[in-house]
Amino acid sequence: MAKVLVVTSGKGGVGKTTSTAALGAALALNGQKVVVVDFDVGLRNLDLVMGAERRVVYDLINVAQGNAKLNQALIRDKRLENLALLPASQTRDKDALSEKGLARIIKELRTLFDWVICDSPAGIERGAMMAMRHADAAIIITNPEVSSVRDSDRIIGLLDAKTEKAAKGERVEKHLLITRYDQARAMRGEMLKKDDVLDILSVPLLGIIPESEQVLRASNLGQPVTIANPLSAPARGYNDAARRLMGDNLAINVPLERFNLLGRIFGGRAA
Amino acid sequence: MNFFGLFKRSDPLPATAPVARERLQVLLAHERGSPRNSNKMNALKEEIIDAIARHMLVKPEAVKVKIDRHAEVQILRIAVDIPA
Repeated sequence: MAKVLVVTSGKGGVGKTTSTAALGAALALNGQKVVVVDFDVGLRNLDLVMGAERRVVYDLINVAQGNAKLNQALIRDKRLENLALLPASQTRDKDALSEKGLARIIKELRTLFDWVICDSPAGIERGAMMAMRHADAAIIITNPEVSSVRDSDRIIGLLDAKTEKAAKGERVEKHLLITRYDQARAMRGEMLKKDDVLDILSVPLLGIIPESEQVLRASNLGQPVTIANPLSAPARGYNDAARRLMGDNLAINVPLERFNLLGRIFGGRAA
Repeated sequence: MNFFGLFKRSDPLPATAPVARERLQVLLAHERGSPRNSNKMNALKEEIIDAIARHMLVKPEAVKVKIDRHAEVQILRIAVDIPA
């Protein structure tokens, strides 16, 4: 039975697209059939973070309007055969995505994949509402920072009000993913601790992704961090989060970089 | 001994995270209790009370105002005890 996830946050720049790519790849590495869907019409970037920007021919809106078939728009990942991308349109008006067209696409994607991961645009406008509309579960991306936590709270309220599940009187399953976490700063009282964020938002924790230079390095290369450097701290954080989504009961910790002394001595980078 | 204590600055900056936590708790308690129209409802409430006060002399405690919030609607109830 396919599961539709929305990756959302309200605030921009907290790591929705990075997390969508990393979790999608991590689920695929664990043998799941996954499609990541970019809902940021006009400002698409999931294609770029996934390294597929030169392979986009048709997009979500072409399919929604019936101008292309779903399998013409789906881009199969070159590294993982069970991972696909449905890109957003870069040129169309953001109102061009119809409710009906979207409902048909999501229904079809459910038959083809185990996981449909919808990468929401920032904000609480129509695009963000469309991304969450059909979600069975939401992953709320939050940085340990006041404006991000406030916006996450707002998004949690909208998930309980504006989704198809809410309309049927059901609840969207919610998971919190804390990104850009700096354990040392949190310990020094310079940054909200994971427990502060959890107390304030009251949403179960899916995982913690530490602040890491590996994330930028991966996006420079057009690779999800879970593919670019699977042993790095953020990749292990995302992989654990993916396994929790699959039902594994793993203890939550803050992954730390493992320093490779020999690698350093011989001039390589730490893993 | 705390592992991170080893790296503590000799003159540590004051912790700001507790301030962030406190500010968020106060703010969100307020925002969660205020749906989108609450400013409009409060303005309406005050104008209605003003209008009543222009026409009759009532004690402030004789005016009872209540806003019931439901998922789809809000109900504004105003009860004024008018002396016979």
